[in-house]
Amino acid sequence: MQPFERHEGLTAPLRQDHVDTDQIIPKQFLKSIERSGFGANLFDSWRYLDEGRSDQRHTQRAINPDFILNRPGFAEASILIAGVNFGCGSSREHAVWALLDYGIRVVIAASFGDIFRQNANNNGLLTIALPEDVVQELMQHSEAGGHRLGVDLQSCLIEELSGGDTREFAIDPIARQKLLQGLDDIGLSLLERSAIEACEQRRCSTEPWVFAPLQDREPSP
Amino acid sequence: MSRTLFEKLWDAHQVARAGGNADYIYIDRMFLHERMGSVALRKVLDRGRRVRAPKQVYGTIDHIVDTRPGRGGERTQVPGGEVFIRAMRKGAERTGIHFYDLDDRRQGIVHVVAAEQGIALPGMTLVCPDSHTSTLGALGALCWGIGISEAEHALVTRTLKVARPQTMQVRFEGELGRGIGAKDLALHLIRSLGADGGRGCALEYAGSAVQGLDMSGRFTLCNMAVEFAAFSALIGFDDKTGDYVKNRTPSALDGTFSDWVSDPGAAFDRSAELDVSGLAPMVTWGTNPEQGVAIDEAVPSPLDCPDIEAAGGALHYMGLTPGERIQGKQIDYAFIGSCTNARIEDLRAAAEILRGRRIREGVQGVCVPGSSFTKRQAELEGLDRIFIDAGFEWRESGCSMCFYAGGESAPPGARSISTSNRNFEGRQGPGVRTHLAGPQTVAASAVRGRIADPREFLK
Repeated sequence: MQPFERHEGLTAPLRQDHVDTDQIIPKQFLKSIERSGFGANLFDSWRYLDEGRSDQRHTQRAINPDFILNRPGFAEASILIAGVNFGCGSSREHAVWALLDYGIRVVIAASFGDIFRQNANNNGLLTIALPEDVVQELMQHSEAGGHRLGVDLQSCLIEELSGGDTREFAIDPIARQKLLQGLDDIGLSLLERSAIEACEQRRCSTEPWVFAPLQDREPSP
Repeated sequence: MSRTLFEKLWDAHQVARAGGNADYIYIDRMFLHERMGSVALRKVLDRGRRVRAPKQVYGTIDHIVDTRPGRGGERTQVPGGEVFIRAMRKGAERTGIHFYDLDDRRQGIVHVVAAEQGIALPGMTLVCPDSHTSTLGALGALCWGIGISEAEHALVTRTLKVARPQTMQVRFEGELGRGIGAKDLALHLIRSLGADGGRGCALEYAGSAVQGLDMSGRFTLCNMAVEFAAFSALIGFDDKTGDYVKNRTPSALDGTFSDWVSDPGAAFDRSAELDVSGLAPMVTWGTNPEQGVAIDEAVPSPLDCPDIEAAGGALHYMGLTPGERIQGKQIDYAFIGSCTNARIEDLRAAAEILRGRRIREGVQGVCVPGSSFTKRQAELEGLDRIFIDAGFEWRESGCSMCFYAGGESAPPGARSISTSNRNFEGRQGPGVRTHLAGPQTVAASAVRGRIADPREFLK
């Protein structure tokens, strides 16, 4: 996955608390076993006026002009600003895939659903939790349109690119390492390669039949 | 220092510490099925990774596949299920894992096949993305169910990061009467200590009643550990385990496994003991596995249950009245199958009751052998004729009516007696009322058309 060091981009405010993963990507669009292509159905029930079927092309659907990502100047947003408990609900990893597939790289919110945050860390989506009043302030800036931020994970700083305060943010050190190096849980575990190989050697010498082929068997009367 | 069987298995597979009370644990073998394994394989490939040891990974098709005779290709009763069957085949081919497709003589329900084919052996670790993987702990192997992300992790790294569970010994003491089996022990345990009674624990079953069980019964007991909320379950190696694995190991390994037992005096974090002499056949009356009674008992009043509201809701769903007898309730459907109770010994036990008898008119009886191997074994012994002559459908192997996935079902409101493992609302279809029981109780009930005591047939 793509390492995350620094990202500069346009913000969009999603004035909503408790955005759950079913709102991020409704379950009727989870039928595919692919990981890509979910961006078209991101926030589906807010973005479109019709109900939407999984076999429908999104370009043919009726757009809800009031939804923030459909308003002029916000469609290109890559930094989403939301209220409390963003990503609560079902554990579906598709919610993170849909955000990334749409082009979102950073979500700033007052708080996050735990599993959503784990999934985000595993897929290179940076989630930043800030105090509620700071989130409100960012939302106000964002609503004016054309609001750009620089998010630096090395220094854990958020810069106002059109002038203004630079803010610090805190992040779990393991999550930071994973994002900086572009490692998901598996990538992180693979750093233990030599210990894995040592254990494999040990298994080979103490219980070699673990590695042997099976016997062919047939029923007998 | 004396160690429990769990501690020996954990130590032998410990790769490294993983922070907190978690360790990286080495995974000897994996088993995948089309519903979850297909997705895990796909994720590995999509991320450009490879399966570290494909020859240590086995796969088959059991969850979604049609079990009606004449199946083949991608035939399934589950809407959209073809995608998973196709993806499993493709994933297996691209990663080079062992794969038992529908035309393979070894196909069947993952946990039945893993034991039968010697994929799980004493002293091993094995994981599978299915909660009932604990079944295989009866071999003295550490086996547990995982999710898709963990399956992906284990495929690539051959390890899993696992929070160390506590140990809990459960002793069943006493001699079981005729017509009483492992399923009755399991339902009795869960009723006695609650569906949450084993949470966070690696169980070890012991005691004279467990020693007396054959391997099939031991698999059943370990299978149901997950309905007791346990991490997994184990039974120490003994002569019966030795006989079972004798023809399933690559070479003569006599004595090699004898250390896979808890040392005398080894300390468990928790323990429980149940006297099971005089135990009667068990049947569940409610919608979670702790809501069970002995066949000769009455359905309880919610006021006598730990959670009054849950019990009231369960009685309403099940269409039962407090105080009425469970025995004699009319049934519409009888299912003998699943990883819990569809091994050859289970089929023999049911056939003992069905031989020379017919199931009651109006009851649909379905028997789904746990594996294609088991099915052939049963046919060699003529058991298929007994089931068919009794009026049961004789199916191909798969998970079938153990769960509803949008396909096969009984009609809403139908009362089902089933050898499977979960009696949750809707588990066998919308509105279907599931009573869990052992294979002889199910067979006896099918014959009577009412929930019946198998002991009346065994005199």
